[in-house]
Amino acid sequence: MALPSYTETRYRIWHYIYLAICTFVFFFLIAPLFVIFPLSFNAEEFLVFSEGMKNLDPDAFSLRWYKDMVYGTKNPWGLAAKNSFIIAIFATIGSIILGTLAALGLSSRHMPYKGLIMATLISPMIVPLIISGVAIFFFMAKAGLAATHTGIVLAHIILGTPFVVITVTATLSGFDHSVTRAAASLGSNPVNTFMKITLPLILPGVISGGLFAFVTSFDEVVVVLFLAGLENTTIPIQMWTGLREQLSPTILAVATCLILLSTLILVTAELLRRRSERLRGINR
Amino acid sequence: MSSETKQILTTDGIPLEVSLKKAEKKNKIRAFLLVAPLLLFLAITYIFPIGEMFMRSVDDRMVTNMLPKTFKAMEKWENLEELPSEEVYRAFYEDYKLLVENQQHGKLGQRLNKEKNGFNTITKKLFRQIKRKKIDESASLKEQINKIHKRWRNVEFWQAIKRTAPPYTAAKYLKGMDMYLAADGSIAQVDEDRRIHRILWLRTLEIAFFVTLFCFFMGYPIAHLLATLPMKYSNLLMICVLLPFWTSLLVRTASWMILLQQQGIVNDFFVMIGLVADDNRPEMMYNKVGTYVAMTQILLPFMVLPLYSVMKTISPSLMRAGKSLGGTPFVAFWKVYFPLTIPGIGAGCLLVFILAIGYYITPALVGGASGTLISNQIAFHMKTTLDWSFASAMGLMLLTGVLVIYWIYNKLVGVDNIKLG
Repeated sequence: MALPSYTETRYRIWHYIYLAICTFVFFFLIAPLFVIFPLSFNAEEFLVFSEGMKNLDPDAFSLRWYKDMVYGTKNPWGLAAKNSFIIAIFATIGSIILGTLAALGLSSRHMPYKGLIMATLISPMIVPLIISGVAIFFFMAKAGLAATHTGIVLAHIILGTPFVVITVTATLSGFDHSVTRAAASLGSNPVNTFMKITLPLILPGVISGGLFAFVTSFDEVVVVLFLAGLENTTIPIQMWTGLREQLSPTILAVATCLILLSTLILVTAELLRRRSERLRGINR
Repeated sequence: MSSETKQILTTDGIPLEVSLKKAEKKNKIRAFLLVAPLLLFLAITYIFPIGEMFMRSVDDRMVTNMLPKTFKAMEKWENLEELPSEEVYRAFYEDYKLLVENQQHGKLGQRLNKEKNGFNTITKKLFRQIKRKKIDESASLKEQINKIHKRWRNVEFWQAIKRTAPPYTAAKYLKGMDMYLAADGSIAQVDEDRRIHRILWLRTLEIAFFVTLFCFFMGYPIAHLLATLPMKYSNLLMICVLLPFWTSLLVRTASWMILLQQQGIVNDFFVMIGLVADDNRPEMMYNKVGTYVAMTQILLPFMVLPLYSVMKTISPSLMRAGKSLGGTPFVAFWKVYFPLTIPGIGAGCLLVFILAIGYYITPALVGGASGTLISNQIAFHMKTTLDWSFASAMGLMLLTGVLVIYWIYNKLVGVDNIKLG
């Protein structure tokens, strides 16, 4: 943002102050994530930069916490990672199916009580998690699903569907319904039309909604804390316990892996968003 | 519809209007059937359980079911300042005896003790007398029970039983606001030094308010920068907003715990620039400071994204027009640009406020005792004290607050306008 040459000095100064504020905020947002990387390679047990690390002494760095994460004795991370992935994958599939169907219905102009139904479907996103946690716990306890994978998957479907509903509804808002009518007039049945015409067109929206659902499930801790037993421990639960009891560098090794995972998801989501916008002819 | 259109018939000989309505109805049903699975699923697993929370929070049928005869007899007890009649005593005795046989008497004692301190002792005394078969059922039970303990002769204890008669109670809600139902049925405040919940509510509001404010003042400039920079730079900077947004909440909280600890980098930095002495490092975690800093960073993307999507739609020529009409950059900004961003401000602030008011994980980890919020209290009652009805009541009070804000949000922006990323 170059300033025009006629800018007065005081506005020039103000402009630099503004840029400085922006730099500070961006730093504030992103810097905390980068503290974790170097400390996870710490050779010592403390969560501070040792003298050796400050002098970039290679001996001060090691992979011991990564080894501990993978091979550590009675380490919970293997089981937790397995559970987290299983739960998140099933929750994502469930959210995508239920959410996409609902979004298709909601985008129809024939849908009665659209506003009310939309508000109901999105409510799990607005209601504070702690309340959702209490309510879902009451249901799961009654249904005998507490401390089971099924229970946690169902809970995460509840929390994940609003994202799918929102993203798919947004994709459908730019959807040209005459293509489905064209398909119907050419003799295609609704299911066939959906699979061959609608789905490929809304796929970016579905996938990015699915990513949200996946991350929601993978990162969810409040509801899981109510529902999980020892067998159902997940990565967030292990991190929560670890952070409450003792901050060990192993947690930082896990955190580094999680940051890498979220970078991957971010890139995918961004690519999808751009593709979807290109397809919809929106150029923001 | 005019009479002319009514006469138009389809090929089947059915009036067009009827045929159209039929088709519309079919479409309506089809649309509804698509939504139905999710709606049904949410209703069963989510909406009804929230309703159940409400039932649980007001439910006080335990005593009602335990002392059916007593409450029936008490209907005739008119002068509440005098001890009830022999009938009431007999009914209570019969109810209590049945409870003893079913080994339920302990629960009753505990419940009544909450209503009036000292009740548990005298029900236990009565229990012992019944066990030893010392009570002669043919004689006056009023005299015998009154003899067991002097509190049975105190009318306040009988009033306490009477107060538990209604099957529903608002007591848990009053407790959540540090109030209680006094003996005479009026609402009273608990002692000053025991008003813990009101402090928590106020603190929750305070933290949510200030976090929203901080997020606004930090989010507005960067959203503006992102919206006005050329695409290739803004896309790069957008990563700074989106990467924290996609990163696990616990990871971000962990990084703040490392940064803010006494030997942490922030303190190192303060020592380095000479702001604090090395041996006098301030405690920045386990208090409100930690909660504010961590929550602001974690919720900032939720402020930036809606602001950005609104600012992106504002044409830069508007600002230029404002300036060319003689406004200084500040005037042009304040009179032209700022009013146009108000929808984004509304959306961002309400989103952050709603999220902050129900925050749980971050305050629990970095907040310490003075940084805990109402959600932590709800979790505490769910897991530690197991007072689920109280947790439900507090949850619903919080929910009511959030729904009011959500309603405002809906009026201002519309829920279907929420943009993600």
